[in-house]
Amino acid sequence: MKALLLFAPVALPLIAAGLSVAFWRRSAVQRVVGFTVLTLVLADAFALLYLADRDGPVAVGMGGWSAPVGVALVADRTAALLLGMALTVCLGILVFSVGQGSAESQEAKPAFHPTYLVLVGGVALAFLTGDLFNLFVAFEVMLAASYVLISLGTDASRVHAGMTYTLASLLSSLLFLTTLALVYGATGTVNLAHLSVRIQELPDGVRSGLDLLLLIVFGIKAAMVPLHFWLPDSYPTAPAPITAVLAALLTKVGLYAMVRTQTLVFARDDTWVPLMCLATATMLLGLLGAIVQKDLNRMLSFILVGHIGYMLFGLALFTADGIGGTLLYAVHHIAVQAALFLIAGLVAGWSGTAALQRLTTAPPPPTLLAVLFLVTAMSLAGLPPFSGFIGKVALIEAGVAGGGALALGVLGALLVSSLLTVYAMARVWRAVFAQGPERPPRVARRDRRNRAMLAATAGIVLVGVGLAVAAGPLSRVTERAGAELKERTAYQRAVLPPEFRPATTAGAGEARQTGTGWRTGTDRAEGAAADPPVQGNRADRGTDRGTDRGGGR
Amino acid sequence: MNPPDVAAAVVVGGLFAAGCYLLLQRTLMRLLFGFLLLGHATNLLLLIAAGSPGAPPIIGAARIGDEPSADPLPQAMALTAIVITFALTIFLLSLVYRSRQLHGNDEVRDDAEDRRLAENQQREASAAAADPHRTNGSGQARTAADEGGNTL
Repeated sequence: MKALLLFAPVALPLIAAGLSVAFWRRSAVQRVVGFTVLTLVLADAFALLYLADRDGPVAVGMGGWSAPVGVALVADRTAALLLGMALTVCLGILVFSVGQGSAESQEAKPAFHPTYLVLVGGVALAFLTGDLFNLFVAFEVMLAASYVLISLGTDASRVHAGMTYTLASLLSSLLFLTTLALVYGATGTVNLAHLSVRIQELPDGVRSGLDLLLLIVFGIKAAMVPLHFWLPDSYPTAPAPITAVLAALLTKVGLYAMVRTQTLVFARDDTWVPLMCLATATMLLGLLGAIVQKDLNRMLSFILVGHIGYMLFGLALFTADGIGGTLLYAVHHIAVQAALFLIAGLVAGWSGTAALQRLTTAPPPPTLLAVLFLVTAMSLAGLPPFSGFIGKVALIEAGVAGGGALALGVLGALLVSSLLTVYAMARVWRAVFAQGPERPPRVARRDRRNRAMLAATAGIVLVGVGLAVAAGPLSRVTERAGAELKERTAYQRAVLPPEFRPATTAGAGEARQTGTGWRTGTDRAEGAAADPPVQGNRADRGTDRGTDRGGGR
Repeated sequence: MNPPDVAAAVVVGGLFAAGCYLLLQRTLMRLLFGFLLLGHATNLLLLIAAGSPGAPPIIGAARIGDEPSADPLPQAMALTAIVITFALTIFLLSLVYRSRQLHGNDEVRDDAEDRRLAENQQREASAAAADPHRTNGSGQARTAADEGGNTL
C-alpha cells in the first residue's frame, strides 16, 4: 500500500502522458485525463503527508530491493508537503491554461497536455526520490518537459529565450552529472541516506569540494544570485500559465534539492557563512533588479529571484527553526508566485500589453482582478494577516534566535528587500489598477474562457489565504519537518536497513550480500564501511578501490 | 593497487576543455557541439568512477578465472545519461534549425537588455551631438526607448 502511494505520483502522470499522446486528436479526452490524474495524485500527496507526519518518513525500495541496492522513494514531511502544494498549484494552472485556450491553440494543441503531465511526473519524482542519480533523472524529465513548454509555438523571441533557458539548464545538468561521477567515485554510493553515512569518512577538503559543486548545481536551478542570469530572460516570454508553473515549481524543486542534500548529506552544526552571503546578495540584487524593470513579467521574475534569497537564508542558518522557516516560506511562495504570474497574464490579456508604461493608459482590469492582486501582493510583501507574513516571521525568529551578528545583518537585508517588494508591488498597482486622469473608463467584457481563468487564479489566491488561515497547524508541521531534516536519523532509519545505519556500522560485516557473484557499488561501499580499520586511510579510497576490486590484474 | 588510468583522465580533461571552449562561441551549432563534447566527457568520467575494468557483471555467467567483475552501476548511469543527452541533443538541434529559419543564421543574438542599453546610449549620444542645447530631445528619445523596451 505504501509502495503504491509512493509510486503513484511518479507513475500515474507518466502513464497518463502516454494516454494523452494516444488521444492527441481529442482535446476533451486529454483534459479529462489531465484533471483526473492530477486530482488523484494530489489526494495521494496529502495521504503521504498524513502518513509521514504520523509515522515518520515513508520509504520504499523500487522493485522490492531495499536501499541502498534498490532505488529508494522516500516521502518525509518536507517532500510530501512541498509535493502537495506543488500539485495544488499545478491543478489550478491546468484549469487556467485550458480556460485560456493556450492548451488548445493551433500549434500547441497535441503537445501541451502530455508535456504538462510529464512535467508533473518529473516534479513528483524530484520530491520523492531518495537517490542522487534518480534526482538527476527527475531533473532531466522535468526540464525536458519545461524546454518543450517554454518553446512551444516558436516565434523569434521565444526561440531566443528557449535557447538561453535550455543551455543554462543543460549546463547545470552536466555539472550535476559530473558531480555525481565524483561523488560515486569517492563514496561508492548514490543513495542519499547511505551517502549521508559514507560521506563522513571523506577528508574535509573532498567533502567541501563535492558540497560546493552540488551547491552550484542546485544554485543554478534555484536561481541563486549570481547564477540567476538565465531566469529573467527566459521565463517572461512563455505564455502566462507556463511561466507560472515554471516559476512556482522549478526553482522550488531546485531549492528542495539544495535543502535535502545540504541537510542530509552535508549536515553541519553552525551557520553557513558563504551561503548566508549568497542569500543576502540574492535578496538585494533580485529586488533591486525588480524595481527598475519596465515589464510586468520581468519584474515578477526578478522578485522571484529575490525571494529565493529568503529561503536560502533559512537554510544557511542551519537550525531546525531556520530550515522549518524555509519550508514554510517555500510553501507560501509556490502559491503566491504562481498567482502573481497568472494575474499578470490576465492583465496582459486584458490590456494587450505587459509593459508598465502602457498599462497606465490602458482601460483598467476588472475589480475582481484588482482584489486578487491586492491580496497576493500583500501576501508576497509579507504584510499581516497573509501567508507571507507567517513565513517571514518564522524566518526572522529563527534568525534572531540562532544566528548571531551576521544573521542580524542579513535580517536587515531581508527587511530592506521586503520594503523593496512593497515598492515594486505599489508600482504595479499604480500602473495597472489605480484610477488616473489618463485612464479610459472601465469597459465591461465577459466571456466564458475569461471566467475559467479568473476562477483558477482566484482558486490559487484562496489557497494562499488558506495557508494563512491554517497557519497554526501548518507551521507546526514545518517545524517538525525542520527538526526532522536537522536530525536526519528518522530519514536514515526509514531508508536504510539496520546494517547500513551509522550507529550499527561496526556490525555490518555479516550483512554483506552473498551469492551475487559481483560487487555492486553499494556492496563495495558496504564493504568499505564494514571494515574501516583495514582500509585505514579514507583519503584515497577513490583510488584505493582498485585494490579491493581489480587489484590482481 | 592499480594506478589510475591516466589516458582516460587526460581524455576527459581534453573533452571538458574543448566542450567549454565551444560553449563560449556565438554560433548555436558550436554550442551544440560543445554540449555534446561535455556530455561525452561526463559519461567517460562516470566510467572512470567505476574503477578498474573486470569481467561482465552477469549473475550465473561462467567466470574466467578469479577475475572480479566490473562495477555495473556506473555503466547503468552512463547509459541513462547517454539516452538523456541524445534526446536533448535532438531537441537542441531542432531549436537551432528553427532559429536559423527565423533569423537566417544561427548566431546568438545579443541579450534584450543589453541591446536596449546600447540603443539608449547610442540615441542619447546622437541627440547630444545633433543639438547639445536642447535637453528635451534626449528626454523624448529615452521615452521612445522605454516604449521599445517595453515590448520585449
